Amino acid sequence: MIRIGTAQVWVHDQDEALDFYTKKLGFEVRSDVTVPELGNFRWLTVSPPGQDDVAITLMAIPGPPVMDEATAAQVRELMAKGFAGTVFLTTDDAKASFEELRGRGVEFTEEPEERPYGIDSGFRDPSGNSFRLTQVRSDFS
Amino acid sequence: MASVPPARHLLRAKDLADARYAEPLTVADLARAAGLSKAHFSREFRRAFGESPHAYLLTRRLERAAAMLRTTDRSVADICIAVGLDSIGSFTASFRRMFGRTPTAYRAAFPPAADRALIPACVLRAYGRPQHRTFREDAVLAS
Repeated sequence: MIRIGTAQVWVHDQDEALDFYTKKLGFEVRSDVTVPELGNFRWLTVSPPGQDDVAITLMAIPGPPVMDEATAAQVRELMAKGFAGTVFLTTDDAKASFEELRGRGVEFTEEPEERPYGIDSGFRDPSGNSFRLTQVRSDFS
Repeated sequence: MASVPPARHLLRAKDLADARYAEPLTVADLARAAGLSKAHFSREFRRAFGESPHAYLLTRRLERAAAMLRTTDRSVADICIAVGLDSIGSFTASFRRMFGRTPTAYRAAFPPAADRALIPACVLRAYGRPQHRTFREDAVLAS
């Protein structure tokens, strides 16, 4: 059986991201390891409390030799423009989650609104990555 | 901490257009959200996203207006105001330029909004039930 273990998002700055994902979004750190032999590569993963078999790895944009400087600049630029990808989160109570996250300082780009598939809202992480937070209609999935 | 790429500030302006298009938002407001002067902002926005902030904001509003024309029975004037525009004349002109027909003609090309509304069965049953009449009432009405 194949399952999703970890999916990756680029982040502008891992410390800034860690702060946002744990303190504002309320995720927990699943792994935070820096490897000197790999040029201080830092494997940093987080996921929501209660969901410890799936994680997001917050990946710093590498320099050479992993990624040439021009490509790294392109990735940074794409991320800053908001086109580096989206994470689709679900919740059983969109309104409550919205209030909770906003109370912790998450800036929503879209407040919860009724859609045919449920109640949907959206925000960004500090890097510009887009997040959806959706209460999927129970008869829709 | 690595310095923030300039485009991240432009994205704030774009997010503002997406979130608050319904308000009387202008390019000057978007420039402020990005922390740039208006002329500099317009140039940088175009460079990052391939169109001017004015065009982005306008097409954001027209996309929402088109959706409302398809899914509501609100008047064209109401929809114009609801997407943050205040002149029906220029709304109609811009709409026609982007969608190839007027708001009214655009709406007419789709099934009526009521056909698409997910009105719950309990509402249909409750509100669709005819008023009960007896034969005696018919006689009274006929006289």
